[in-house]
Amino acid sequence: MANEIGLRCRECGRSYEVLPMHVCSFCFGPLEVDYDYAAVKRVISRQSIEAGPPTIWRYADLLPAEEDDSVDLGTGYTPLIKAGNLARRLGLGELYLKNDTVNPTWSFKDRVVSVALAKARSFGFTTVACASTGNLANSVAAHAARAGLSSYVFIPADLEAGKVLTTAVYAPNLVAVNGNYDDVNRLCAEIAAEFGWAFVNVNLRPYYAEGSKTLAFETAEQLGWKAPGSVVVPVASGSLLTKIDKGFRELAQVGLIDEALPRIFGAQAAGCAPIATAFKAGVDVIRPVKPDTIAKSLAIGNPADGYYAVNAVTASGGAVEDVTDEEIVAGIELLARCEGIFAETAGGVTVATLKKLADGCRIDPAGSVVAYITGLGLKTVEAIEGRVSPTATIEASVDDFRRALSLSGGTEGLPTLDRAIG
Amino acid sequence: MATNVRIPAPLLSLTDGKTVVAIEGSTVRELLDSLEVEFPGIRERLCDQAGELHRFVNIFVAREDIRFLDGLDTSVHQGQEVSIIPAVAGG
Repeated sequence: MANEIGLRCRECGRSYEVLPMHVCSFCFGPLEVDYDYAAVKRVISRQSIEAGPPTIWRYADLLPAEEDDSVDLGTGYTPLIKAGNLARRLGLGELYLKNDTVNPTWSFKDRVVSVALAKARSFGFTTVACASTGNLANSVAAHAARAGLSSYVFIPADLEAGKVLTTAVYAPNLVAVNGNYDDVNRLCAEIAAEFGWAFVNVNLRPYYAEGSKTLAFETAEQLGWKAPGSVVVPVASGSLLTKIDKGFRELAQVGLIDEALPRIFGAQAAGCAPIATAFKAGVDVIRPVKPDTIAKSLAIGNPADGYYAVNAVTASGGAVEDVTDEEIVAGIELLARCEGIFAETAGGVTVATLKKLADGCRIDPAGSVVAYITGLGLKTVEAIEGRVSPTATIEASVDDFRRALSLSGGTEGLPTLDRAIG
Repeated sequence: MATNVRIPAPLLSLTDGKTVVAIEGSTVRELLDSLEVEFPGIRERLCDQAGELHRFVNIFVAREDIRFLDGLDTSVHQGQEVSIIPAVAGG
């Protein structure tokens, strides 16, 4: 059950009641949900969690909403896959992939939306909304349809077709805005102030963001109730990274894991890397940028949690790196070819960054590493268009097939079939 | 020359609930000075002691973040809309 006691400003510490608001009335600092951790500690245990549903709601004691209010499409408790092939390729000893591509709308956003809509319902909202680079739009539209709530979903007009169609199919009010994501975000802040809707990532943001902690909770549980040595997290606003950090800390605080917390590594696209830039310069002041990258889901030029992300990374002994668009696509392909997982561009950013860190000996090859794969590749098929295609196109004859085989000259990986055919 | 300034939710209590106010000034700094005269107390919500914008406050002139322009010295021309927006984030 929900153990939250209120909201607190991360900057000035002022407290507020549990209300649909996201910024401090005094200093504009972001508000965060505050819990009665003593009460949580009394009720939570490994057993109580293990007895829970195979979804994010097994962690309800550390989420700011009631499972009864939830709009559950079956989100979370996604596979933690041991990636032996990729580990060997990268020279790492123990690598796991948290595969969030399998969520109901194929991205980790289902976690934050499931929590946000539960909260929206408890506040009595009948219209939900969001500003999105795609995955959030998809998730809000689907969950709103299931919940019977009206929805307004705002996206940049140039979003990938996969994301537009997979959102539109649920029949939300889908508004394509001529601008980049930061423009859409600004517009939604203005609309949220006027229209009184539940914008999941505006006025419900403190509750919404808490859903991301479940990625840390599940990782620890699936590793046998311990934190990994290192985690690699894609970074857009910085919220996911800071909440994964918070999730591990909370588990330690309520006694579910011991204090050894992971090193946190952030992954950004070079074409939009304000947080990586700040980290590398040794500062926590974020200079906004104009995004220019194929990784549209990470294209936030003015990341609101950037300051906190840099500090969380620094405190953990990790780093933030960035990779080029070419490296991103190579990352998508490497993941698919090594482990059979097809990730969107954000996943390519994560894998490419992991590779960069491993190649540069900046991630401990002896400790366990968990990389978060946050969205499915079908959402950004444009990234691999023109790079992958059929190996051959033939007539329906064995001779044609033999011809194709001999032309390919026994391509790397292709078995010679002559023995099998006989 | 008055400019329309869009006021965010956390400051509405200082502007008697008005979401858009007409304010005089030819730079953002001047607009803030005029805002403070008309709605005392608003400045300390937006700026620190040194007179710089708080980290979590964004000001847009004609939809451009002033951090990409000339900061508080950004010029404001007739007809341009100015928005004060708390730093929001991802999706």
